[in-house]
Amino acid sequence: MVEVFGNKATRFGFGEGLVELGKENPKIFVLGADTVSSVAINSFGKMFPDRFLNVGIAETNLVGMAAGLAIAGFIPFVSTYGVFVSGRAWEQIRTTVCYSNLNVKIGGSHSGLMVGPDGATHQALEEIAIMRCLPKMKVIVPCDLVETRKAVISSVCCDGPVYIRYGRENTPIFTKDNTPFEIGKANILIDGKDVAIIACGTMVYEALMAAEILEKKGIKAKVINVHTIKPMDEKIVIAAAKECGAIVTAEEHQIYGGLGSAVSEVLVKNFAVPVEMVGVGDKFGESGEPINLMIKYGLKDINIVDAVLKVLKRK
Amino acid sequence: MKIADLQLISANVRKNIIKMLEAAGSGHPGGSLSSVELMVSLYFQHMKFNPKDASDPDRDYFILSKGHVCPVLYAVLAQLGCFDNDELYTLRKEGSRLQGHPAKDKKLPGIEVSTGSLGYGLSIGAGIAAGMKQANKNNKVYVLMGDGEQQEGSVWEAAMAAAHFKLNNLCAIIDNNGLQIDGTVNDVMNVNPLSDKYTSFGWHVININGHNLDEVDKAYLEFKTEKEKPTAIIAKTVKGKGVSYMENLAEWHGKVLSKELMEKALNEIDASVK
Repeated sequence: MVEVFGNKATRFGFGEGLVELGKENPKIFVLGADTVSSVAINSFGKMFPDRFLNVGIAETNLVGMAAGLAIAGFIPFVSTYGVFVSGRAWEQIRTTVCYSNLNVKIGGSHSGLMVGPDGATHQALEEIAIMRCLPKMKVIVPCDLVETRKAVISSVCCDGPVYIRYGRENTPIFTKDNTPFEIGKANILIDGKDVAIIACGTMVYEALMAAEILEKKGIKAKVINVHTIKPMDEKIVIAAAKECGAIVTAEEHQIYGGLGSAVSEVLVKNFAVPVEMVGVGDKFGESGEPINLMIKYGLKDINIVDAVLKVLKRK
Repeated sequence: MKIADLQLISANVRKNIIKMLEAAGSGHPGGSLSSVELMVSLYFQHMKFNPKDASDPDRDYFILSKGHVCPVLYAVLAQLGCFDNDELYTLRKEGSRLQGHPAKDKKLPGIEVSTGSLGYGLSIGAGIAAGMKQANKNNKVYVLMGDGEQQEGSVWEAAMAAAHFKLNNLCAIIDNNGLQIDGTVNDVMNVNPLSDKYTSFGWHVININGHNLDEVDKAYLEFKTEKEKPTAIIAKTVKGKGVSYMENLAEWHGKVLSKELMEKALNEIDASVK
């Protein structure tokens, strides 16, 4: 059984990480865009009001002002819903932040189908693709609240832009404070030699559940948490391909351009093995209960199991 | 500095703009020439800026939001001694620190941030200004924009925020030359009345003739005394100013200069300061 320590949304990990950083580092500055409570940056605002700005519903100015604060020597974090911060302000992120390699950290909340009833307009499913193609940008997709907090804290260790993708709905907490976390270094959660399941974000827990189901079928799966999509831990991916000979990727994101694509790019250049991708199949989401949407769009443990069975036939 | 000296510097900057653009074989003369006096007064009379240490934390900040007119910025920085004059002739060439639009990663002294996609500078400036306020520092922030650039929605997100956060240390300079690539700003997409727009957004607005060095000087002085509001200096200018065959013609937004036309331009500029 996968050990679970609680059930709470990753957004609170983002907020906790900011408060922790704010206490230690007077250069931390946080900017929001009218969604400060729902993306959980309000606690920072209450504690450090002189290092907090709410720019209103204006995402391009959100990123532009953060760029200015970085030029002024601060370490600005911005956050709002992932669709808006990554999409509406994409060119500001590209041309102002990344091209100048400014020290701006971007939190994209409300990621994935799990946003539920708000429907497709608010379900961010493309951010990994449109952020990871940007030079200088690092992209982190933490798997639970604890890892999100660590991602926030680690993001200030390196100078330059970082995008952290997190969510609104409660999800299982299954990593601990002492679970290793290093940007760019994937974690092997379960070892196995038959197939490697490479997952990020909410799908890491599903991958662990899938491994349990597979074990009952006599299939030993390796489960890798690739919390950093960029820079990808190529070593661990290549080693998994060599050892297992077949890979399944799992992400709560569009199939095109996300984790599955990033892993495949590494494989085709280094050690090509059959890959199956679990993700949203080139479609928009819709309104519904988060759990029902995850089932409907094929983002549950059983979908990973099906993908494993399929990829094993191609081995 | 005396007006006569500033006029000489302006003429020299104009000549360098013409020469570097001729050498580059492409680029944007019209808007570079229209903002010369605004830039010369700023850098030679008003901005706290040490050419020997362009990243001095006590400096005032300048953001070239209309990045395509970087020839004027490069010429001013060279004139100040930030780098050798000869480097101006590398403009737009492979390996040059003088990219076609300002590039932070090329580490040319005096370039705070990469710009060139229009409508971004005012937000960046507002962010720096907010940072200076938070740090209780008196550094001023200047952002040069075009009048056509005012068509970008992001300008108004920034304008709203700068007034809301009472960024009186922020000065927007609008080079109001009336032209953009496709024709007159009034015909393409009217941005007027600009004064009323900025006033209604909560800004302190100063209208000047952007080629009159005395008026430009006074406008910057007035900005420095403003206690609460951000300042917008709306400067009426002539696109292509100082070169007869370019003045007020949209086609000179981005047109190649021949050797003959360069000589004609240099002679005209010389004659203007004799």
